[in-house]
Amino acid sequence: MDLLDFARGPALQWSLYILVIGVAWRLIGVLLLRRKADHSEPRSTATARGALFTIWRRMWPRKEFQARTVYGQTVGYVFHIGLALVVFGFVPHILFIKDLTGLSWPGLPSNVVYLIGVVTLAALILALVRRMTHPVLRLLSNFDDYFSWIVTTLPVLTGLLAVAHLGARYETLLAIHILSVELLFVWFPFGKLMHAILFAFSRGSTGALFARRGAST
Amino acid sequence: MAKSATLGEMLAQRGISRRSFMKFCAATASLMALPPGMAPGMAAALAQAKRPSVIWLSFQECTGCTESLTRSHSPTLEGMIFDLISLDYHHTLQAAAGFQAEEAREHAMKEFDGQYLLVVDGSIPVADDGIYSTIAGISNKDMLIESAQGAAAIIAVGTCAAFGGIPKANPNPTGAVAVSDLIKDKPIVNVSGCPPIPVVITGVLAHFLTFGSLPALDHLGRPKAFFGESIHDRCYRRPFYDQGKFAKTFDDEGARNGWCLYELGCKGPTTYNACATVKWNAGTSFPIESGHGCLGCSEPDFWDKGSFYRPLSTGEWGTGAGIAAAVAAGAAIGAGAALMSRRRQEAIAKEK
Repeated sequence: MDLLDFARGPALQWSLYILVIGVAWRLIGVLLLRRKADHSEPRSTATARGALFTIWRRMWPRKEFQARTVYGQTVGYVFHIGLALVVFGFVPHILFIKDLTGLSWPGLPSNVVYLIGVVTLAALILALVRRMTHPVLRLLSNFDDYFSWIVTTLPVLTGLLAVAHLGARYETLLAIHILSVELLFVWFPFGKLMHAILFAFSRGSTGALFARRGAST
Repeated sequence: MAKSATLGEMLAQRGISRRSFMKFCAATASLMALPPGMAPGMAAALAQAKRPSVIWLSFQECTGCTESLTRSHSPTLEGMIFDLISLDYHHTLQAAAGFQAEEAREHAMKEFDGQYLLVVDGSIPVADDGIYSTIAGISNKDMLIESAQGAAAIIAVGTCAAFGGIPKANPNPTGAVAVSDLIKDKPIVNVSGCPPIPVVITGVLAHFLTFGSLPALDHLGRPKAFFGESIHDRCYRRPFYDQGKFAKTFDDEGARNGWCLYELGCKGPTTYNACATVKWNAGTSFPIESGHGCLGCSEPDFWDKGSFYRPLSTGEWGTGAGIAAAVAAGAAIGAGAALMSRRRQEAIAKEK
């Protein structure tokens, strides 16, 4: 069994198991937690609408803070959108998802994805630079932040290296790329990357609570 | 034909013109990625070269490698192989049989000790003392070890000889191994492929006769000149991959338009061979040009790398039942964690 066989075989299988177990564990664990009883009189019963609105609303920047957050938000938007386009727009990735789930959709031209990958990588580096140089952000950052950055950036970097055949033979680079994705799968449920799922629940519960109390979100 | 005759003399006797010979040398030098100025040098060296004695051993194989070489369109460069060498022993091609055949091999080994080339096609079964394939009562393993002792170099022709090939595929009932698994003290060139491209064999022989050495090899012992680039990187359909245009089935519009076969399982990106440049059947086409994805036949263990028709980016991730079990296990752990948290909260509330 060579490295690519290992990456496409046992490593993929076990990393997916860990991903699925971890996500279910954390999600069910959070959803079943005891909730504090709210004895106040509800101002509104449209809590579901409030939850959905808050999930949507908080995806967009607030004008009040624009001047102070423009750098971080721009970089954040670029790498989040870039990651989404690379993951869900590259045909080999779509084929991987189709093989797992049966779902598929039209892909982007490969050359366009490569360009997006480069921009995404640049944005991720800028995000790290900001984290390491911003005095407050640096104090707030811990191992989870940096390790999550590494496991997010490695698949982008190794994917681009594989495309460009830089540093090793293609099959070796492809194996390393797949292994880096598997590292992300393993880390995803247990670190801050889980925000990709939990953000909807945390914002939703906040929005529902605010709506019940008649507060603006 | 006297073995002491030079190749030039022999070609002249066979009526092969100087012009044809120069064309052969120019083409071979080009294929081997040698500098353009090397063609005359190669011609001079080959003309003076003595035809090397070649012992060709066929073990666990389908004769496809020999068929590939002998049934190619004639006259071709690869046809020149029989002019370049003195083929003293070849199970399939020789007229002699039985005792006489083995005597020819033993005679060549004795007369050209340390000088002959050993060409092997087919893997070697080693399970149960190698009883699964014998020739004249001699196991393939013993015959290989014996024949390799006096060889100047060994050319493992085809994926079976180079890497074990299909006989080695899981569960490998005969314990098939490659030549390089048994022979460690001789230079070995792996000309892999199922079958290999005939002109690659000619190129290796021409290089050996011209320079007295084997060509530069990759990490799998294959000539870099032919195995240096992947099928995908040299494929004429590559622009369609870059444009995101893929055939979804073998008879859809994409297939008719000649779009990339990646989605249909083409293994071109991880396969190294010269099919896309040298092509087959006198340069007519190669599998992808005929509408089928590359199987990756020149790579080790190609038969055990999953379906030929699943895209390279898919993996062996298990089953839906396995994933469902993982979801159930994760949910159970999560529920247990939440339950413990609730009990702790209740205990704290009671204390207050």
